[in-house]
Amino acid sequence: MQVTLLVNGRTHTVDADPATPLLFVLSDDLALKGPKFGCGLGQCGACTVIVRGQAIRSCITPVEAAQNTEITTLDGLGSIDRPHPIQQAFIDEQATQCGFCLSGVILGAKALVDRTPAPTDDDIDRALSGVLCRCFAHNRMRRAIHRYAASRRA
Amino acid sequence: MIPRLTSGARHALGDAGLARRRFLQQSGALIVAFGAARYAGLEPRLSAQGINGRSSTALDSWIAITPDSRVLAYTGKCELGQGLFTAQVQLVAEELDVPLSRVTLTMCDTAATPDQGTTSGAQSHPANFNYANLALACATAREALVRLASERLSSPPADLATADGAVFVKADPTRRVAYGDLVGGRKFMLTLDTAARRKRPADWKLLGTSVPRLDIPAMVTAQLEYVHTVRVPGMVHGQVVRPPSVGATLAKVDEASVRGMPGLVRVVVRKNFVGVVAEKPFQAAQIAAKLQVSWTAGPALPPQATYYDHLRRDAASRDTYLLDSGDIDQTLRAARTVVSATYRHPFHMHGSVGSSCAVADVQPGQATLWSATQAVFPMRATAARLLGLPAEQVRVVFTRGSGCYGINGADTVTYDAALLSQEVGRPVRVQLTRRDEMAWENFGNAFVIDQRAGLDASGTIVAWDYEAWSPALGGRPGYDSPGNVVTGWLAGFAPAAAAPRTPAPPPTTPLGNNLNTAPSYVTGCAGGACNGTGTVRSERVLSHRLVSPFFTGPLRAPERFQNTFAHESFMDEIAAAAKADPVAFRVKHLRDERLRHVVRQAASAAQWETRPSPRTGTSRTGAARGRGISCVLYEGDNGYVALVAEVAVDQTTGVITVQRLVGAQDCGPISNPDGVKNQFEGGALHGMSRTLFEEVTWNHEAVTSADWRGYRTFAVGTRTPVVEIVLVSQPAAEANGAGETAITAVAAAIGNAVFDATGTRLREIPFTPERVKAALAGRRTA
Repeated sequence: MQVTLLVNGRTHTVDADPATPLLFVLSDDLALKGPKFGCGLGQCGACTVIVRGQAIRSCITPVEAAQNTEITTLDGLGSIDRPHPIQQAFIDEQATQCGFCLSGVILGAKALVDRTPAPTDDDIDRALSGVLCRCFAHNRMRRAIHRYAASRRA
Repeated sequence: MIPRLTSGARHALGDAGLARRRFLQQSGALIVAFGAARYAGLEPRLSAQGINGRSSTALDSWIAITPDSRVLAYTGKCELGQGLFTAQVQLVAEELDVPLSRVTLTMCDTAATPDQGTTSGAQSHPANFNYANLALACATAREALVRLASERLSSPPADLATADGAVFVKADPTRRVAYGDLVGGRKFMLTLDTAARRKRPADWKLLGTSVPRLDIPAMVTAQLEYVHTVRVPGMVHGQVVRPPSVGATLAKVDEASVRGMPGLVRVVVRKNFVGVVAEKPFQAAQIAAKLQVSWTAGPALPPQATYYDHLRRDAASRDTYLLDSGDIDQTLRAARTVVSATYRHPFHMHGSVGSSCAVADVQPGQATLWSATQAVFPMRATAARLLGLPAEQVRVVFTRGSGCYGINGADTVTYDAALLSQEVGRPVRVQLTRRDEMAWENFGNAFVIDQRAGLDASGTIVAWDYEAWSPALGGRPGYDSPGNVVTGWLAGFAPAAAAPRTPAPPPTTPLGNNLNTAPSYVTGCAGGACNGTGTVRSERVLSHRLVSPFFTGPLRAPERFQNTFAHESFMDEIAAAAKADPVAFRVKHLRDERLRHVVRQAASAAQWETRPSPRTGTSRTGAARGRGISCVLYEGDNGYVALVAEVAVDQTTGVITVQRLVGAQDCGPISNPDGVKNQFEGGALHGMSRTLFEEVTWNHEAVTSADWRGYRTFAVGTRTPVVEIVLVSQPAAEANGAGETAITAVAAAIGNAVFDATGTRLREIPFTPERVKAALAGRRTA
């Protein structure tokens, strides 16, 4: 069937089985590099996108459920020349190693800070309880999130 | 500056190999060529310093200075997320005195870069940063440029210096000439000058500083190309169908079961290898799930509950004495006190966040593989065998993957994509399912280790006896063993195997201690040398290597993690038996000054309280706090580390909370301090995860820990301990590896801290709450 998606401010229409995981359409049909297949089970967060202000797992979301709503991927936040402030915070803290998990970490944190401008560590724990980083850049990532939240309040 | 940042994969084909040949023919340039051979007089002093690749007398690589003062360089050591791309750009820029932005570095592409074997965590740095290869090529070029400028400026070389891509007269810096002007349209072909002098660390401006990683802006904005994002025109999608049980063989594939399914391109069978190819990734997944495949079960797996005992009973063992002073039993009989203990370590997995992926385009006469392998040239050789092509017709383009920490699924999925592409004649992308990644990767080895030590009346160790049983199967494929990973095996290649050998012959070669099989506290006398770092003369180190039911292979600090857990926990047990402070007791039995130094530095940074363990006066209920230390000379010659852990143990629930990790590390000269810290922090927490949570599990026929519910780790939303590090800089020493030091010391530091807190010794990883509770329940009542 024809599926219409609104991704990072642009409208795309693709032909897909409605049961196709949203991730496959984003990464294969639309060739976006942000959301990545980590587990396909909603257990690791590498496929995270923001829909209606919530960080969701695109690997277990059927594409038909994502129609007619704005979808934001890591690609859509900023660019190398003009990174989004949360991306800049991760650069400033050098808060990554391999970078594969960053959609889950950055978008999970952004969705949190958008609704909770001064998140506590407990808030961060809850928001990223389903996000894995096997390089274990955890401490830097938490510093980057606090840095971003502080810069947003300033 | 960052190769193939946003370009498509096809474009990557053109940019390196072909361009390089054309460049050599056409442009004016100053070129320093170096073959991937070991040079006379440049024999590596570190075991990890060798180039690790196949020697070749052909021109394998070069650096070039162009007429516009750019530097082109090629390296066979790849960026795996550890920061090596940036560090190598720093190296080139430093040695040549050019800004970072003038350096174009190409990594790990068999069409363009030298064969530097495998980029493994600890071996990546020494190969290019000491006295050979990239560092020496840059030094050769800089000296040549100074000689050229000497004529141009009519000034002797000694009066000249270099900065910012130019040579100038020290006494009059206005008299200068840019490198590009020295090169002009001419071509200078130089060979490596083994007498060229690298810059002294005291003169470094870029090396030794925390240059921010050059790739992170692209990573956080989703612009970096990973192998997972490679898209090739005409590309289709493959999915493999692995056997349901370990050792099963293929009986029948019912192709009719998927006939007519949308998108189906082909069902592929080669010996026991089964895969499907479809137009879309979701179609491939659906077809693979529907395909009816019958398998003949392999032999039942040994029960996990009794696996450590099973290893001891296995007769098909390859036995090796690393050390044997021949007097261990007499010394132990004569000792005042004998301490003994057994340590157990399960299979661990790499557990990459991204399941492994590869893209292959196998056409008659030319195959191109985009792969996150750590070993492009070995991959070229083994993939060629698998495909039945000459190696020259295979090109392997390293493309970033999910952090691998050793041999995850990256190699095996490259074979998967190659086999499928060869069958369908189109480019094929394969990304493994989570289950296929976790159930079939090359696990880190399980170990069971018996330790015995003797103390004399003065509380000095007089004997140390180590005996270990560990299973292995396969490993890195190297240049000739595609069967060392599951796909190669399914396609009909056998894993490399060592022949059983009992009893072990006496040791005849000097101790290298590459796997940290020998403890740090023995003299390590064998083959006419005493290469150990300690003082204990009566020593025996006996290893039994068994056949594993699962594929195994290098996992971050391979075997060193397991051995160091056993050695450093046991050293703590001996210290407790001697009623000695664990730091002082270690220092007393070490004779390597650099190792002693990091022990003292870590203790000092942690405000170590000097006293024996366990702490006295702790209640047996509620929370108990303690501290523990551990240390090791990684690989016997490749990085010194000591780590202090502070823990709180909830004696009701058995939950261990690591509160603080304080380390000291000496890896020679430091190229990028923040990069080292990032590696240390990540390694320390990775080690904590492995120590507290991780364990491969299985039933009678298959691995059961095949997703993140079954294989436990901790999420980013977890409160983690502060990780502090004292960087001990040794500018005059050789560069060591820094990626696998911290992790090696973690398990024992935590276990020793738990002992300090509770008086209870944990001897089996992972330290689950159930094991902690059981150990606490076993405490003698006072």
